[in-house]
Amino acid sequence: MAESNTRSPGGEQKTAPPVLTVGISPHIHSGRTTAGIMWTVVLSLAPALAANIFFFGTRAAALLLVSVLSCVCIEAVCQKLFRRPIRVRDGSAVITGILLAMITPPSVPLYIMPLAALMAIFVVKELVGGLGFNVFNPALVGRAFLMACFPVAMTTAYVDPLSWLEAGSGAADAVSAATPLTLLKHGGMDAVLQHYGSGLRIYSSLALGLHPGSMGETPALLIALGGIFLLFRGIITWHAPAAMLVTVAVLTWIFGGESGLGSGDPLFHLLNGGLILGAFYMATDYVTSPSTPKGKLAFGLGVGLLTALIRLKGGYPEGVAYAILLMNALTPCFERWFAPKRFAEPLKAKA
Amino acid sequence: MAQLATIFSTFTLGGIHPPDSKELSKDLPIETMPVPDVVSIPLNMQILTASPPVEAVVEKKAALTEGRLIGKPIHFLGVNIHSSVSGTVKSVETVSHHMLLRVPGVIVDVDRSAPEPSWAPRDWQSLSGAEMLSIIRDAGVVGMGGAGFPTHIKLSPPKNSPVDILLINAAECEPYLNCDYRLMLERPADLLDGTSMIMKVLGVEKAWIGIEDNKPLAVKALEEARTGRHDGIGLAVLKVKYPQGSEKQLIQAITGRVVPDGALPAAVGAVVQNVGTTIAVYEAVALGKPVYEKVLTVSGRGIARPANLKVRLGVTLRQIVDYLGGTTPDLAKVVLGGPMMGLNVSDFTIPVTKTFSGILFLTKSEAALDDFGPCIRCGRCISVCPMGLNPMEVSAYAEAGRYADTLAYGVRSCFECGCCAYMCPAKRPLVQFMKLSKLKNPIR
Repeated sequence: MAESNTRSPGGEQKTAPPVLTVGISPHIHSGRTTAGIMWTVVLSLAPALAANIFFFGTRAAALLLVSVLSCVCIEAVCQKLFRRPIRVRDGSAVITGILLAMITPPSVPLYIMPLAALMAIFVVKELVGGLGFNVFNPALVGRAFLMACFPVAMTTAYVDPLSWLEAGSGAADAVSAATPLTLLKHGGMDAVLQHYGSGLRIYSSLALGLHPGSMGETPALLIALGGIFLLFRGIITWHAPAAMLVTVAVLTWIFGGESGLGSGDPLFHLLNGGLILGAFYMATDYVTSPSTPKGKLAFGLGVGLLTALIRLKGGYPEGVAYAILLMNALTPCFERWFAPKRFAEPLKAKA
Repeated sequence: MAQLATIFSTFTLGGIHPPDSKELSKDLPIETMPVPDVVSIPLNMQILTASPPVEAVVEKKAALTEGRLIGKPIHFLGVNIHSSVSGTVKSVETVSHHMLLRVPGVIVDVDRSAPEPSWAPRDWQSLSGAEMLSIIRDAGVVGMGGAGFPTHIKLSPPKNSPVDILLINAAECEPYLNCDYRLMLERPADLLDGTSMIMKVLGVEKAWIGIEDNKPLAVKALEEARTGRHDGIGLAVLKVKYPQGSEKQLIQAITGRVVPDGALPAAVGAVVQNVGTTIAVYEAVALGKPVYEKVLTVSGRGIARPANLKVRLGVTLRQIVDYLGGTTPDLAKVVLGGPMMGLNVSDFTIPVTKTFSGILFLTKSEAALDDFGPCIRCGRCISVCPMGLNPMEVSAYAEAGRYADTLAYGVRSCFECGCCAYMCPAKRPLVQFMKLSKLKNPIR
């Protein structure tokens, strides 16, 4: 019985009565939506992406474009196939595409990106129910898949930043270069120092992104700024990133040195690889990480532990991706172990 | 008595800060709506009962005077109902009801020539607590904040849980609503006297009026109205946060006591009454006036003229809308109560009962109307839940039809404040999932 009394001013004439909606309370909403959150995350990555396109040229832009388009198209097709509402406009597939491009070396052959996107969006996300139901971070599984299928491209397709300037238009033919972590893995801190000159130059190169690496590894400072922006916007909380970064710093300081306990270089490790990106953008992924503060702290601690273990003792130079994926698998347990604290205990029945 | 208000913090767990939208009506004095030609008084004005709570004690064509008894309880939770106007009973039949659709009611044709009744003040201070309690019961007072629990029952706590403190809920934490605020500004002495009366009924020495720090003028009015006979009544100024006005949250914010899960406030020695109820107690005890009027906020951008109205019970939404100049073309939702917990209705023949605190006319831009999406597990619902529950897991299990599994997430402790759904970025109807899960897990 949707009726209402509508009067135009100064007359008995009635306009069409408004259609009244009935629904459950609450009748007001904060205004913060899923799409709003996702696009804010995209926005926060824009400075780092712009810097990367400057460093690595059209190659990086093409990688980004192919990756995002693959993810969005595959998601749309999946949603159509599975008869779900098409929700690609919520931006979640865009983020997966961006992150996937950021954790892939810039000069990999572009045709591998749709394959990675298929793995990330179709297998990891849509097959298990779509947004909100995946256990593992889609972009990270995409990267792990590429590492397994294209190990050579995934470990050697790094180029020196700004090499496209020197090589003119021949960016695709750029000589592959070793990332600082690869140098560290194979030649120790001496090799890193030899390559960069001095300790200070290492840190500044790392912070500004003037070193070979994936887009998500290079401008550590800009990525951290994006993360801090998300913190201030209330989109992520500090728990997981802080726990993860502190754990890695402490462990690499204690065990990372070549001259005994406590001789490691935590700053080098913090600024290197995908640690900052992983801490702010992947260990904070709503779907695949715990939802309570304590759970997030434990999750970050676990990721930090595994990252340090893989970096210092494992076969790969970098371990953030695998560390997060392993902890993703534990998230359902963390949700149980770190359930929210209730307002009050149940009333005990008096004997 | 220049005792200053005491500053308190707020409840600890969860809570939100929605835009309060109180500016629409906060500066409008309480206005008495003229009596319409006919009123439809439902004989069900309180907390829902399994069987009809009240039966009519008047017949068709009976002459009524304002305040005369027309309905008597036939259920232990029932309360007296009085005629809100002078006139003639047109019929005893069924009338619209906001929750039960149709209930027995009395329709009265108003006699405008009837003299105004006079409710003369009496010497209430010589009355005993027991006498006051029976006056309160006869006057048909129920919880006026919306719950509608009979006040005389609430003021007779079980012997095994002694009560030592009274809290007056003056938080009015729901957005838009200002009726309690206006009562505090305009009738602070009556509120304080009402509080003293309830203290006497309960036999407690201490009472706190819990009021949020966004109402400094009301705090000032109450401070100025305090006299020697209000000893023991303190003003607890609380940091604004929704849902401060929830009993358990208010008790924790002021006393630090935590009501156990599944227990009533009396378990920690507290009784909570809201401002409207306390004023009704004052009117019953000091003036002998039964409950037949209600002060409510009519607000929202969908009504031509927002107001704080004193209306007769049984006045319909249609009569109120007409009095206030109609609704706007972009009206989208009509809500009884506040926008966080209020009941959404679409029937303008619904009459006002004792539990109405507001009628909101929300436009498309004010009301949340969008469809919902999948849960992204962001955890916002968990972080804002004042009871420490896990609405996102409840909603997942409820959506899958696995209602028994929702019990592990504390679904029975949910009092449906709506913080979770207000925050949910996927706009999931979490309160609905909570309600549904409670219904599917009845307490035996």
